[in-house]
Amino acid sequence: MTGLPPRLQDVVDTLALFDDRSEKIQAIISIAESYSAPSHPKPYPVESRVPGCESEVYVWGRHFEGGWSFEFAVDNPQGLSAMAFAKILQDGLNGLTSDEIRQVPDDLVYEVFGRELSMGKSMGLINMLQMCKRIAA
Amino acid sequence: MNATANRSDVTTDKLVSTEWVAENMGDSNIRLVESNEDPLVYHQGHIPGAIEIDWIRDLNDAIRRDYLSNEAFSELLSKAGIGPDTTVVFYGDKNNWWATYTLWVFELFGFTNSKIMDGGSLKWKNEGRELTKEIPNVAVAPKQNWTRDDSTIRAFRDEVLSHQKQSGQLIDVRSPMEFSGERTHMEGYPNEGALRGGHIPGAKSIPWAKAVNPETGEFLSLDELNALYGSFSKDNETIVYCRIGERSSHTWFVMKYLLGHPNVRNYDGSWTEWGNLVGVPIEK
Repeated sequence: MTGLPPRLQDVVDTLALFDDRSEKIQAIISIAESYSAPSHPKPYPVESRVPGCESEVYVWGRHFEGGWSFEFAVDNPQGLSAMAFAKILQDGLNGLTSDEIRQVPDDLVYEVFGRELSMGKSMGLINMLQMCKRIAA
Repeated sequence: MNATANRSDVTTDKLVSTEWVAENMGDSNIRLVESNEDPLVYHQGHIPGAIEIDWIRDLNDAIRRDYLSNEAFSELLSKAGIGPDTTVVFYGDKNNWWATYTLWVFELFGFTNSKIMDGGSLKWKNEGRELTKEIPNVAVAPKQNWTRDDSTIRAFRDEVLSHQKQSGQLIDVRSPMEFSGERTHMEGYPNEGALRGGHIPGAKSIPWAKAVNPETGEFLSLDELNALYGSFSKDNETIVYCRIGERSSHTWFVMKYLLGHPNVRNYDGSWTEWGNLVGVPIEK
């Protein structure tokens, strides 16, 4: 996949270097483990919840001069894929304009996690990206 | 051996506690199998000695909508070091949703020497029990010939239609919004949708997760389960369904093994088939 914003492209290129599935999974788990929850008070507002994400993910966007920043709360200790993708989006979308965010393809999920995700799982992750797009629209 | 050490209310030997697994996980005749919705979970840490079975990669035909072939299943069990006398204990994330699905697929092929660890990986982790990232080296078991029997615990659309026409017992385990037809797919799962919304006429709505304590991941007590499913007669056949047959495998397990209904089948075609079929009855 080409044409991604530079930080997202770096993630995709790095994960593509792994031929071994287990090693790639460990790399994604490392990303998940670097995720930290934001300081928003609980309960998180319903309007911030990503629809259809089994792991209960919440997103907040903030526009500042020059671009957007996003925060993600993954309210499920077993939501590892969601934590990894939250970290990737948080870093990768930071500072991008609305137009740049809109152009990030949903297939980014498959580039990161591969095609072996269940359909439900992949849709939940895609909805995290789509929620960012809606916030930035 | 008291398999259900902390569950004096259920008599099935299909359910084992985390304590039982901790005491028996070194037994070479027991194979622990983790099945998850999230493919990262096993690799972050699993019960020592547990192998992973992934339902997409391992249990489904890669091309057509069906489960794996007899040959592929026989190969899978051989590589997993599972013979006919091996006791397989399934567990996983999301309240054992995927673990019960894997158990159901195993049972399709006649493998019934299986159990579910009550509470799944959530309870195991909450209790601070040992986890490892080490993938076990499993000794290959002699290959057996396993044969899938689709007639006993699996239901197909024509059978469901016939069952419905005879006012047979049906349980729809999807969300209330899917049952009512307000949604044609589970929230956020548009690719698993259908052209029509609603439910099979006569089906009762009991969302699958109601059978589980969300705090512990354990199945509810027998009294609570009886209150939930008490209107269904054990004397009659029950067919359960959801969207693609995974959530309903959880309810199938509850009905068959915890409540002791002898004749329960899972309609894995479920709403993604029924809601797209021409001419079948639908109720909203």
